[in-house]
Amino acid sequence: MKERRKIRVLIAKPGLDGHDRGAKVVARALRDAGMEVIYSGLRQTPEMIVETAIQEDVDVIGLSILSGAHLPLFSRLGELTREQGLDRVLIVAGGIIPDEDMPAVREMGIRAVFGPGSSTTDIVDFVLSNAPQDKG
Amino acid sequence: MASKQKEWEEGLLCKSLQRAPERREQFVTTSGVPVERLYTPVDIAGKDYATELGFPGEYPFTRGVHPTMYRGKLWTMRMFAGYGTAEETNARFKYLLEHGETGLSVAFDMPTLYGYDADQPMACGEFGKCGVAISSLADMEVLFAGIPVDEITTSMTINSPAAIIWAMYVVAAEKRGIPRQRLGGTIQNDILKEFIAQKEYIFPPGPSMRLIVDTIEFGAREMPLWNTISISGYHIREAGATAVQELAFTLYDGLAYVQAAIDRGLNVDDFAPRLSFFFNSHNDFFEEIAKFRAARRIWAKEMRDRFDAKEPRSWLMRFHTQTAGCSLTAQQPENNVVRTALQALAAVMGGTQSLHTNSMDEALALPSEKAARVALRTQQIIAHESGVTNTIDPLAGSYFVEALTDRTERAARDYFQKIDALGGAIPAIEAGFFQREIADSAHRYQKEIDEGKRTIVGVNDYQTQEPTSIPLLKMDPEGERKHLARLNRVRQERDNDEVRRRLQGLRQAAMGDANTMPYIIDAVRAYATLGEIMQVFRDVFGEYVETPVL
Repeated sequence: MKERRKIRVLIAKPGLDGHDRGAKVVARALRDAGMEVIYSGLRQTPEMIVETAIQEDVDVIGLSILSGAHLPLFSRLGELTREQGLDRVLIVAGGIIPDEDMPAVREMGIRAVFGPGSSTTDIVDFVLSNAPQDKG
Repeated sequence: MASKQKEWEEGLLCKSLQRAPERREQFVTTSGVPVERLYTPVDIAGKDYATELGFPGEYPFTRGVHPTMYRGKLWTMRMFAGYGTAEETNARFKYLLEHGETGLSVAFDMPTLYGYDADQPMACGEFGKCGVAISSLADMEVLFAGIPVDEITTSMTINSPAAIIWAMYVVAAEKRGIPRQRLGGTIQNDILKEFIAQKEYIFPPGPSMRLIVDTIEFGAREMPLWNTISISGYHIREAGATAVQELAFTLYDGLAYVQAAIDRGLNVDDFAPRLSFFFNSHNDFFEEIAKFRAARRIWAKEMRDRFDAKEPRSWLMRFHTQTAGCSLTAQQPENNVVRTALQALAAVMGGTQSLHTNSMDEALALPSEKAARVALRTQQIIAHESGVTNTIDPLAGSYFVEALTDRTERAARDYFQKIDALGGAIPAIEAGFFQREIADSAHRYQKEIDEGKRTIVGVNDYQTQEPTSIPLLKMDPEGERKHLARLNRVRQERDNDEVRRRLQGLRQAAMGDANTMPYIIDAVRAYATLGEIMQVFRDVFGEYVETPVL
């Protein structure tokens, strides 16, 4: 029987926002749940994030942003992932994203948004049940 | 006393516990420090009042920095504000002043904090989002138009580009005929905590410290009313640190700045009175009060004994406090008014010199006018209705508060030793020490919430399903366009040859070891932009990239 490889996750901080508490806490929680987690570090452009995602061959991208600049950054990221054929990658986000932006954010390819007060258990469960299966 | 206590424990207490056990096996503070059932004179036995507490306004300042504290003058009610354009923020300042705030505090947007003009590629999408955009002197002039900057003090939360924003403030005032000697206020200018927690660094540690010492030296010489640095624990705490970590890391940073200025050849008593501090006030009431009291005592001892400062003004720690943004919940946001009130009360009981109270909507967006007003009213209610301002340091002598103050001081000193052993603040940053300590604490805190060991009302207990309905701030959709139009006008109307000459002068100063402040002021006066001036430093100093610590 073929053993399923560990889910590979890139936790990324797009834009200039330096608040990395949430990104780090989530990264550890995913790691504790048995996933392989790569943390991008700060001040990443959408181009840098997509490049890392390709190089690291990840299944999931988790974007953390609290600065309010999510719409232009997510939009660019959505374009790039489509251009690069990363359609199978699950993209989720966390941070401060107003309800009224949700439809636009979903449109950009973000499958779920975890706002303030989200539990890491919920985040882990979502990733486990929605991460893509082995590559076909 | 001890035997009486034993008698009580074995008698009445024991029977009571057999009948009804306590709610938990162990009680701890928000930071995880164990708290005993009861504190008695035994816990503060051997404490010498004169050396450990003293009188207000006297060494070691445990009881406060002024002889009359709030009986003489209330703390400065200083609301952190800023969004969108300089016009919008100017209007918010005037609104807050009309409603009784007594000091200004500026929040800048991300591009400004990173020293980019609003039209640089890295500024994409960030305009005015978490503060006001300031790209040149022209914006600064609008920001303070009609505000009496010679009568009110202004605090500016700016770090890597602090010297430039400060220069803009100085020149804007001078153009209105107000000499720099009369300007009072604060620039945050604390780069060590940026490396440690907030992460808005630009240059490597060496040149960053050099720029800070330039401002400390310039301030000591030319601006006697200005606090040239606000050594900040706030962001360290927000990033997840415990109260003790916040205290220890902040004070250790303070020691590093004092040492750097002394290494430049400055006399400690010439600059130490203008050092100021900035702390967080989190949920745990007594823990926070103990932290503030311990902070003053440690600083006084260090300044007197480690650095041999002679002036009592060099020993006393003045600090600003902000209630804990990270304690606010997006769920049932009205509850945040209560959290903020308790945190603000702790800051006042801890003897703060100025205070910002967060608005209830800040886990969702920037504060609306109404929410900011309720936050300001919270301070006014504490000041005028609660009665806590009538006497100085009212919790002194509480067995618990004194024992906790002592314990906090000891724990902070343990950290000092650990950091000393790593070679000081900068080597400890480069080794990821602070970052790892903070990430560990943040992880532990979140885990406790997720496992239900820590209750956050409305988040992991007492939840409701009703949707949140508080009106959020709407910004001027044309703001960015207006700001960029002003920036273009500045670039067209100024003398561009003069700007180039002054930037060249600054470059020479930066490459050598002259104090850069006069050159920055010259460049700002000619309307060189923030991004242009910072580019000179970026070229000369390079940019820092951290190795992330998980």
